[in-house]
Amino acid sequence: MPESPSGTRTGHETQVVRTTVNGVEREAEVATRLTLADFLRHELRLTGTHVGCEHGVCGACTVHVDGAAVRSCLMLAVQANGRRVDTVEGLAGPDGELAPIQEAFSKHHALQCGFCTSGFLMSVAEALKEGPIETEQAAREVLGGNICRCTGYAGMVDAVLEASQTSYPTAKGEHA
Amino acid sequence: MKPRPFTYLAPTSVDEALAALAEHSFDAKVLAGGQSLAPLLNFRMASPEYLIDINDVAGLDRVRRVDGGWHIPALVRQRTVERSPELRAAFPLLPAALEQVAHPQIRNRGTVCGSLAHADPAAELPTVMTALDATMRVASVRGEREVPAEEFFQFHFTTSLEDDELLVGVTVDDLPPATSTGFAEFAPRHGDFALAAVAGVVTRASDGAVGAVRLVASGVAARPQRLTAAEKVLLGQRPTPDVVGAAERAARGEVDPTGDIHASADYRRHLVGVLARRVLTTIAEEGDHA
Repeated sequence: MPESPSGTRTGHETQVVRTTVNGVEREAEVATRLTLADFLRHELRLTGTHVGCEHGVCGACTVHVDGAAVRSCLMLAVQANGRRVDTVEGLAGPDGELAPIQEAFSKHHALQCGFCTSGFLMSVAEALKEGPIETEQAAREVLGGNICRCTGYAGMVDAVLEASQTSYPTAKGEHA
Repeated sequence: MKPRPFTYLAPTSVDEALAALAEHSFDAKVLAGGQSLAPLLNFRMASPEYLIDINDVAGLDRVRRVDGGWHIPALVRQRTVERSPELRAAFPLLPAALEQVAHPQIRNRGTVCGSLAHADPAAELPTVMTALDATMRVASVRGEREVPAEEFFQFHFTTSLEDDELLVGVTVDDLPPATSTGFAEFAPRHGDFALAAVAGVVTRASDGAVGAVRLVASGVAARPQRLTAAEKVLLGQRPTPDVVGAAERAARGEVDPTGDIHASADYRRHLVGVLARRVLTTIAEEGDHA
């Protein structure tokens, strides 16, 4: 596609994306219509980000872009150019030590098939960065943007409250 | 890959964006937050030849104070408005409604202006901006114009934007003194589109009577509908429970919703009355204590 008469930077079929994913600089030439979710999975082979509904409803593809939780199925890979992307693969420490929310999900059996889990973890991780989650109602609101279709939410609520206490030991909470 | 192929344009200035729109008008879609457009692309319900991504356009991402009000440019995310201490103080209606728009993950990316330009008649923001009597700032290579919210929203997913025009921002005037606002909606699940919603802005005269009122409903027509009959009931009256009850009946009587799989027409009509009463009751209590 040639330069347009209006002087706008025109789209070619492909474009180079430079982005920092989980702290690692990545560069790839991608189709402009490739979603960020498919870029992560197919190009970078980071298959922890799952693709469910592909229209922003289920939350399975949730990742962080510049620290904010977003649906990666509703972003184009080219839109991540120059931005920082964090996926579920980046939650655990470099030595493999689980993040508090991962530890709590495991302890409270907050997953069964696991398909939705990475999206839930990323949603909760963003909320926990902002402050403690102290009530069941607050925990349910944090979980409300993601859908689980097998194990249910009770274990997740417990996990969120416990992870909040681990991250904010001085905050009050419903979790004993 | 989900979307059909398109030519991706990423202008870095409003002028470049407008030039691209002028050139490709009918064949182009503007991409801001993408929370409504990207699903349409993924489903191939929209398949524009050109996608004009305005996310790199400079100067559109910060709310700013303007003479007598606030200006929210095209790239301001819903979450930014929801969290802005200045906007929360100036227009409590905005966070009240935004907290019910989908989920934080959507609002982190979705823009205020994108929701307005998308003009889903069930969405919260068109209704709220109509209640606030907001002004749309619309630009094209032919020039700029201002469009009041009430004229902007025309039909399902249809605004008065021409094919070559961009909604560059929305301006909301400061509310007059002695003004209270309220918002209420009913959705089967938190975060879903509401079956119906009502936004209200009421200014009291010195004697406590309603001096000015804008009451707007969503989910009952092809665009945000002003509840003018209910407004007439309120004007000049103190919003006592009797008056609010009369306004509720008027609101119920003046809407003509269509039923669908989610709710019957009768139920939606009932909801609008109940929601109007809730909004007006909150406003009345707030105003009586002011």
